[in-house]
Amino acid sequence: MSFFSTPVRPHAVRAARDARSGRQRFLQGATPWLFLIVPLIFLCLFTLLPVGNMIWYSFTEWNGLSKDKEYVGLGNYIEFFTRPELFRVFLVSLYYFVASFVQMGLALYFATILSFNTRFKNLFKGILFFPYLINGVAIGFTFLYFFRPGGTLDASLAALGLEQFQQQWLGNPDLINFSLSGTSVWRYMGLNFVLFLGAIQSVNPSLYEASSLDGAGKWQQFRYIILPSIRPIVGLSMILAISGSLAVFEIPYIMTGGANGSMTFVIQTINMAFKFNKVGLASAMAVILLLIVLLITWIQRRLVPDEKVNLT
Amino acid sequence: MKMRTAAMVAATTSLAFTLAACSGSSDNGDGSNTPAPESSSTTSDSAMAEVAGEITVLTNRTDLVDTVFADYKSAFEAKYPDVEVKFEAITDYEGEVATRMSTDDYGDVLLIPNSVNASDYPDFFEPLGSVDELSQTYRFIGSEANYDGQSYGIAITGNANGLVYNKKVWSDAGITEDPTTPEEFQKDLQMIADNTDATPLYTNYADGWPLTQWESDRGGVTANANAVNELADTDAPWSEGMDHYIIDSLIFDAAAAGNIEEDPTTTNWEQSKTDLGTGKIGAMALGSWAIVQMQAAADDAADIGYMPFPNQVDGTFHSVISGDYKNGINVHSENKAAARAWIDWFADESGYATDQGGISPRLDGPTPDTLKDFDAAGVEYIELTPPPAGKESLVSDIDNAAEIGLWSPDYRQRIVDAARGARDETKQDIFDDLNSKWAEARASVEG
Repeated sequence: MSFFSTPVRPHAVRAARDARSGRQRFLQGATPWLFLIVPLIFLCLFTLLPVGNMIWYSFTEWNGLSKDKEYVGLGNYIEFFTRPELFRVFLVSLYYFVASFVQMGLALYFATILSFNTRFKNLFKGILFFPYLINGVAIGFTFLYFFRPGGTLDASLAALGLEQFQQQWLGNPDLINFSLSGTSVWRYMGLNFVLFLGAIQSVNPSLYEASSLDGAGKWQQFRYIILPSIRPIVGLSMILAISGSLAVFEIPYIMTGGANGSMTFVIQTINMAFKFNKVGLASAMAVILLLIVLLITWIQRRLVPDEKVNLT
Repeated sequence: MKMRTAAMVAATTSLAFTLAACSGSSDNGDGSNTPAPESSSTTSDSAMAEVAGEITVLTNRTDLVDTVFADYKSAFEAKYPDVEVKFEAITDYEGEVATRMSTDDYGDVLLIPNSVNASDYPDFFEPLGSVDELSQTYRFIGSEANYDGQSYGIAITGNANGLVYNKKVWSDAGITEDPTTPEEFQKDLQMIADNTDATPLYTNYADGWPLTQWESDRGGVTANANAVNELADTDAPWSEGMDHYIIDSLIFDAAAAGNIEEDPTTTNWEQSKTDLGTGKIGAMALGSWAIVQMQAAADDAADIGYMPFPNQVDGTFHSVISGDYKNGINVHSENKAAARAWIDWFADESGYATDQGGISPRLDGPTPDTLKDFDAAGVEYIELTPPPAGKESLVSDIDNAAEIGLWSPDYRQRIVDAARGARDETKQDIFDDLNSKWAEARASVEG
């Protein structure tokens, strides 16, 4: 501005500059908040407020619709902790928990391979990430057809001459959770894969060159260069895996509705709220799940502290 | 994706039908502190008010909203030129509307969700008139959707209950007569299994809600109109001779004999309609609303038959008839007169019930063609006795406290699982467990 204006006396300039810098400082301080105000309102309106409501409901006995809620204090929490059958569903989470390690292992494997020079690299990246982009309901239905008797899986086994391995993949109560957690691996591996790949690609390529000059093989490069440099991402994936396996919902709910021993904690909570109209108890269960996830995250952070990666 | 929508539409609409029967009895009993509903004279006043304005009608029939309902709209608007009708079709009707009712904006005319307790009706719906008065003209008024002597909804249609079956499959198997006892029914299923390629009895386990259709048979099985109310007086509904024992034993025995689908966890409702119609399925337990859908999916509509639950009392079959969803008026509506006109017109003139093969909500309405099999079999219809005052919700309260879920598929899925060997329980184990949960819940509810 002053570029084009006529010269003014120095002290006036200084005064103007001071005034401007005061306003500027205020604006500088306020700018991030002004940008944040909309998302913050959304956060309060759509996350914090409902969570607050849920916590309040968890102290009441309410059927979800009546105008009056009865305050029962810790009654719902006491009921939950005195009913062991409500805990038993966490055993189902173990299947998904184990599966999530398989999932991370596979993701890490593919991410490492595809970070080196591989033929059809981008095609494979696409194929691996693709399932994550598909709507969960569509995946549920696809796999319902895949697992049904005479469905895709049985037909493929027959084509390979492996009829003796044909099973009731969902009908057999010993197998159903393997089938469902397998579906979950298929669906979510793409996400882990992309996270790992991104982290691996940020590793300075000269390190590989230097290590191979020193005679390191691919395994040693993975062990001593790649793995240490993506540790934060592995830690993050671990937290996501644990909380994810405690809160499994979509796949079993769509495919079996929790029948035949595939009931998970979240499905149980939904049933409690909407089938048995015990919104108070269901809210308490949701709060407990939240606390468990927070606790596990905290323990995990204590056991595996977040270190700054420094390879140089 | 299209498939999925279709399946969900089917599931929701049918779920609606399924649950309709229990709506009347859900309530939390004590209405002492609820403000008394305005007297019926208010309603007649508003009925005399001008029938005009715009009304929004909520419906669960996403499949009919652009076709059949569009015709209703033009017929209605021809009669009442000052009214403009708008429809809002909702796929997950039950879930979505119950949630929306915490606001004021839930249409002018809506189907009363089944999850609303009777004692909450005055807070949400406009009374349509006294039960005594309306029950002179309409069915299901006394037994459903009323509170404190006021009626809050008129059924859109009514259903009988029984089993849809493929006549050709049954005659190919060598069966000539409707089974009259559960034992005979099991024998017939075995004959279908032995003599045809069809699945004798299809449970539709995976979709879940079709399993709750069995619940509608209670009362009809033992010809006891008071059967549901009596649940509140017993500690053991699953003991020999009671409705639940007979119904659930029938399911268990059929599954234990391997006369249900091979892998119940992967059933498919849409597919099952075609399979019944083309003779791949022998029978399914469904309300009479399903007959029209089955006929539409069949090679030859004449193959589809309807039989009562295989149990006779004094040599006669009985079938419970109950109202489907009820049309009610939003208490916050601004055009209540027009909304009322729509409800009356829908029950009296739209012909919806007859077109859908259901029982007319009017006492003088025609008997649908779909139930001519029942006429031939001499089936007697039963309307369940409404619960006594102050106990409107007792049965559902006990059920909720027991977490059994008479109207949710879970406990019958458990029965099927145990019968086919996927759970380590005998029939008696399950019935004992259900009985003890019921007794415990009954004690806690009745305090």
